[in-house]
Amino acid sequence: MAKKTLNIVESAYRAVMEEQDDTILWVLAAMQGAGAEHTVVLRANAVNYAVAGQGAPGMAVGKWTQTQAPKMDRDVADLIEKRKMTVYVIVEDVAQRGIEKRELMSGIRLLPRAALPGLYEEHAIVSHW
Amino acid sequence: MSKKTLTFALMDAPYESENLTTAFRLLAIAAERGFTINVFAYEGASALAFAKQVPHPNPVHGKNVAEENHPTTKDQVAALLACAEENGGKVDWVNCGMCVDERGVNEFVPGTRRGSPADLHAFTEASDNVLVIPTK
Repeated sequence: MAKKTLNIVESAYRAVMEEQDDTILWVLAAMQGAGAEHTVVLRANAVNYAVAGQGAPGMAVGKWTQTQAPKMDRDVADLIEKRKMTVYVIVEDVAQRGIEKRELMSGIRLLPRAALPGLYEEHAIVSHW
Repeated sequence: MSKKTLTFALMDAPYESENLTTAFRLLAIAAERGFTINVFAYEGASALAFAKQVPHPNPVHGKNVAEENHPTTKDQVAALLACAEENGGKVDWVNCGMCVDERGVNEFVPGTRRGSPADLHAFTEASDNVLVIPTK
């Protein structure tokens, strides 16, 4: 049985246009496919990944155009719905950014900061990205 | 309006930062306006024009190479050069020689060249303005 790993994701929107996804969420999804057991906590600016309906237009440089621009809510939904990962957002970080709870995607779980230590206890490894 | 000469100094490596997305958006606008563009690709940015970049499939997205249509910065560099030429401008894209050597990325997109900090100095002297987009 795989070690349960708690992944606290703080880095957000780093190179997502070039990679067409978030490199951290991507590697967690890929590892899950290899048998890993992950839980995800989105904190700081990464809480914005849980806002439904987001997306950026593809880049264009002259005649070159990007056709598969990233959609971060789609990637978070993939973790929750397809890969059955539990994904939390830190409630205080959501509030600080003026994000209303009704803007968050379905399936996302709200976690107060004070509840984090309890979550640490439930996991063998804590990785802070 | 006279055609401006702009110099951009870039430092970030491809696939590591949003800074390059910003840089390419600005460069594309300048190219569409037919400006004379100088680029000094320094440190990690010296890999932007590396010719051996290859798009990959995305198994997490469930897409093959064609479906994923993964962008490569070498294609963006080539498109920038073509866009400038079509609009009456030009791009002098210099890859820092020592930077490409230490990274082994010394095969460039045609139309870009190897250079040194002396090129950045010359660019600066000849430009209406200089924008540095550094690594943070």
